[in-house]
Amino acid sequence: MSKIQRGVSLYSFQEEMFLGQMSVEDVLAFASSIGAKGIEILPEQNMPTFPHIDDAEVARWQEMLARHGAHFTCYDMFLDTKLRKGETLSDAEQVESIRRDLVLCNRLGIRNMRVLIFVRPDILEKCVPYAEELDVHMGVEVHAPWHLEHAWILRTIDVADRLGTKHLGILPDMGVFMKHYPPEFRARFERQGARPEVAQFIVDQHEQKIMCEYTIYEVAVKMGGNKAEIAMAETLRHAPYANPKRIKDYAPWFRHIQAKFYGMTEDCTDPAIAYEDVIPELVKCGWEGTLSSEYEGNRWIQDVMPVDSREQVRRQHVMFERLIARAEAQREIV
Amino acid sequence: MFDKYLIDAASLRNTGPADAPTGFAFEARLGYYRGLGLSMIEKLDVSIDGNALPRAAVRFDEGGGPLTLEEMEAAYERRWPFGAPATILVDHAGGFPAGEHELALLQQLRVSYLPFPSINSDAKRVSLSA
Repeated sequence: MSKIQRGVSLYSFQEEMFLGQMSVEDVLAFASSIGAKGIEILPEQNMPTFPHIDDAEVARWQEMLARHGAHFTCYDMFLDTKLRKGETLSDAEQVESIRRDLVLCNRLGIRNMRVLIFVRPDILEKCVPYAEELDVHMGVEVHAPWHLEHAWILRTIDVADRLGTKHLGILPDMGVFMKHYPPEFRARFERQGARPEVAQFIVDQHEQKIMCEYTIYEVAVKMGGNKAEIAMAETLRHAPYANPKRIKDYAPWFRHIQAKFYGMTEDCTDPAIAYEDVIPELVKCGWEGTLSSEYEGNRWIQDVMPVDSREQVRRQHVMFERLIARAEAQREIV
Repeated sequence: MFDKYLIDAASLRNTGPADAPTGFAFEARLGYYRGLGLSMIEKLDVSIDGNALPRAAVRFDEGGGPLTLEEMEAAYERRWPFGAPATILVDHAGGFPAGEHELALLQQLRVSYLPFPSINSDAKRVSLSA
């Protein structure tokens, strides 16, 4: 039995929820139907009265989860440092905002909080006593273009180690493992006017892992790229392929994963993100936590077709089951 | 991420006396995957056929009562929830011009984790229903 559990982030259904085509309960019912019982929420998306959440609202969520045999996995926080025009929130105000989220997280019975990557490590250090008291793990989101070994991320790990706390760490977004350029990105830029030969050049450059600035200069200057072509080249700045073999080195600092994806093929494979390489590493090191679907393909296809987040998430979970089972079997053989 | 959904074209209506409208209104959504405090909405630029209307002519109401964009900057306790329609009210003598026109809305948001402002825009061919 794998220690890896499957779940979904409500972020995955943003298209349908934004348009009022799916309710939160519809998401829970669907997630449960595909065995993805772990639910990650964005209170600022899914709780219209945020930050004023009364006990009745908390109870309503718990009853809804119980109806579908689901459970909470993670709370995605935000921090509005730019609340006031022309000035940044003071350090004390930032700590207070995070504490507010930790308290709500605890009231909801959630033990993982996704911390936005821009939050300063010294601010988080000040929040550690609250996180410990409320028993919430603060995981700094490792999101492209950052990656597991980026110096900014290592600062948070240093703070956690120095304090010897189990309540501060990281929370990787699988977008850092972009092995291939997403076909949905390419198609969208072609619809916006990128010439197929220039798009192919950009895809080939990414495939060879050529550092993005070379490609951007080639496209923008030497090839006289148009607006769509330059924009496509610039996406390479946010398309890192980190080394999956380093996952085991960082596993002690994370308990939840945002399983980012942009689109699944009909035969349930991910053409862009290296889950084929990532999942065996997670299994090998015995990592325990939830793979939480984070579908972000809607914005790339909504101009030409209806978005079907359910089908996309379903396909990703078929892939997860397949890859986890295969990795488990190989582990037993070894 | 939601640009094409910002303006609800069917919601367009005139405001003020029916025989002498003083403006128009329509429902709009926030182009963001979460709700946002009103103080972080820096711009709600409305234009008709590419002609920008004055900032002072625009007011906003998510349900808490109309605010000018100046007042919104200090509305720290109010939020525009995710996916929720809010009313954009525009002072415009005579109301929305007769016939079909392009109505555009640009939202500029101060998103704390982004190094630059988040700008979302939608433009739709609309006309007042008879």
